[in-house]
Amino acid sequence: MATNRQAASSSSRWRAPVLFAVLAVLFVLEGTVRNSMFSGSWNTSLAILNMGLISAITALGVNMQWGYAGLFNVGVVGFLAMGALAPVLVSLPPVEGAWAAGGTRLMGALLVGLGTLAMAKLAWTRTRSGIATTAVLIAGFVAYRWLFDPAVVAIEANNPARHGNIGGLGLPVLLSWAVGGLFAAAAAWAIGKVALGLRSDYLAIATLGIGEIIVAVMKNENWLARGVMNITSIPRPVAQEVDLQNNPDFVEFASSWGFAAAEASGIWVKLSYMSLFLVVLLAIILLAELALKSPWGRMMRAIRDNETAAEAMGKDVTRRHLQVFILGSAVIGVAGAMMVTLDGLLAPTSYNPLRYTFLIWVMVIVGGSGNNWGAVLGAVTIWFLWIKAEVWGPALFALLTAPLPDSAFKSHLLDSAPHMRFIAMGLVLLLVLRFAPRGLLPEK
Amino acid sequence: MDIANALVVFLNFVFIPAAAYGAQLALGALGVTLVYGILRFSNFAHGDTMAFGTGTVILLTWGLQAMGISAGPLPTALIALPFGIALTALLVLGTDRAVYRFYRKQKAAPIILVMASVGVMFVMNGLTRVLIGVDEYRFDDGARFIMDVRTFREMTGLPEGLALRSTQALTVGVALVVMVALFWFLNRTKSGKAMRAYSDNEDLALLSGIDPERVVRLTWIIAAGLATIAGTLYGLDKSFKAFNYFQILLPIFAAAIVGGLGNPLGAIAGGFLVAFSEVAVTYPWVRVVGYLVPGYEPSGLMQLLGTEYKFAVSFVILIVVLLFRPTGLFRGKSV
Repeated sequence: MATNRQAASSSSRWRAPVLFAVLAVLFVLEGTVRNSMFSGSWNTSLAILNMGLISAITALGVNMQWGYAGLFNVGVVGFLAMGALAPVLVSLPPVEGAWAAGGTRLMGALLVGLGTLAMAKLAWTRTRSGIATTAVLIAGFVAYRWLFDPAVVAIEANNPARHGNIGGLGLPVLLSWAVGGLFAAAAAWAIGKVALGLRSDYLAIATLGIGEIIVAVMKNENWLARGVMNITSIPRPVAQEVDLQNNPDFVEFASSWGFAAAEASGIWVKLSYMSLFLVVLLAIILLAELALKSPWGRMMRAIRDNETAAEAMGKDVTRRHLQVFILGSAVIGVAGAMMVTLDGLLAPTSYNPLRYTFLIWVMVIVGGSGNNWGAVLGAVTIWFLWIKAEVWGPALFALLTAPLPDSAFKSHLLDSAPHMRFIAMGLVLLLVLRFAPRGLLPEK
Repeated sequence: MDIANALVVFLNFVFIPAAAYGAQLALGALGVTLVYGILRFSNFAHGDTMAFGTGTVILLTWGLQAMGISAGPLPTALIALPFGIALTALLVLGTDRAVYRFYRKQKAAPIILVMASVGVMFVMNGLTRVLIGVDEYRFDDGARFIMDVRTFREMTGLPEGLALRSTQALTVGVALVVMVALFWFLNRTKSGKAMRAYSDNEDLALLSGIDPERVVRLTWIIAAGLATIAGTLYGLDKSFKAFNYFQILLPIFAAAIVGGLGNPLGAIAGGFLVAFSEVAVTYPWVRVVGYLVPGYEPSGLMQLLGTEYKFAVSFVILIVVLLFRPTGLFRGKSV
């Protein structure tokens, strides 16, 4: 939702292709040129690109919420984490003995928990009696804890060195991407039901809260995904590097291109991931563009641009907001599942809001809110810069501080160079928001 | 039934920590609510303003300690506090000038201002990291205890001990002084009345010749002061770690919304409500119950929620308020 929303100025139709071409050149430089600025390794270049594509999908989800509807989601990290749980719960092989130890009881507890909330809602709408609702909640909570606590103890005691978690269903990992979307959508439904329809800041604050809580659950509930002990060995949808290196056909194929087998296998795996990610990304963009051009999309933009007018025309603003909030969060959840699949690892401690919420926001704003291609461009560009700033920042600092005499002050400055990334990103956000609120690729 | 011991355990582990934490939250929420009342947006950068303010206070404290200046039994940080406030106020006024004023003149939607405050949060976070780093620091000096466990036991002969750390007493004391001063300012002085008038009805205030920019400047200075004081007290009481100040944003928002955004009295009540609920829900009650009900041996800790989920408490309070009374208990602005 840019502040000035005049009819699209005559921005050149070449703008998008040129900007994407510039970005492509950056990645090619990263892959081919080895100097103080670029690594000259295709493996690094593709690794940045893959994570950039996942960021792009996350940014698309945020863009749906912000660009289409003007909803400010400050809990992106939580929805990513929600999606990240899916590969663990869907595609890991089942843990031997976990279900026997307490699986049924655990499911019962979760059902009782959900049932309690539903009953409380029913009690409130039917009787409007605070006492009855509280009684339902307390009874439900006691029953929940009575079922839940022993089940968790039993599951976590089951081979705690290797497992101690409930395990997965052993289904294909690609399926879990869709499930990740569903998980995030469910969380979005719950939070949207409460916070939408109130003033706009409230959704921001509520999503900030749910984001922190989802990450806290992931860190502390060991039965779910082993908490801070991390889950490794998440199944891969693509070949293993080692298998490729042991495959004589592949080694021959690699050498015909002039690559060593080790390097080529890494590139091959990353290209496979890249194609999977591109398929998902393009499918989401296609659907989003179709939706945006449909009557539904026009309605969404009408609501965003003038809620009062849209409401006067008989549009149910809160319902539409809930709808788009759930859709956007589902896309973020898919990205979360994809990210865990790419890493092959679920590490709850790495879910930091600065990196996973606010950096995504910078991507969306810089790219051009309301424009899907802008979100993609912004995401990949900012991700590239974010990664490279790790190398460029200290180098720049060393250059700038070179004239200073050696002192404690100088070494302090050099040590704090990595933190400059945050200042730089904040400045980018503020500058774009103020001077180019329509972003790199303005909404048409 | 052993009421004396139960009471001592309750005071020691629930009441005193919650009162100190509540005072810190109340001061933080006051800052958020004042900014909301005058500038009409939720300031996401408030947590990092607290972190920045506390960071400068710590650096100044180290400087004072190096010069051999101390405040006797009180923490040296108290001497450094006014200077920290001044520096933070300068920074905050600078951000208003560079960032918020533009959107205010443009009469941008509140959500744009919220987003700008997220950008400011990023920058302030980075500044704090550059200034003092990401490590954990303790910077309380002076007397550690007003009452320690052993003295209390010797005094009363009870098996349970009661400790009152000087930082806890100091927190509550300073918070009370600041709150009284703030309300005196808002209700008794001309500038305070101008602020309230501007918050109630902007157009009417402009017609009565109130200078809006002056009101805004005053608000930022007060907010910076409150943030630095709240942050320093929190850091003295627990410890300073920059990331914790981002996390404390949620309880602070919860407190401000529970009390009604824009309502200073509500922010104080909300701060204590959130703090007491948080501590009460995450405290294992087994010892208190053990004294109250002799012969009863509960199998668990009687803890409703693990301490790692303390933020869930403020979140649930927030949700309940949004569901049933979105304007807050004390009727804040409903805009």
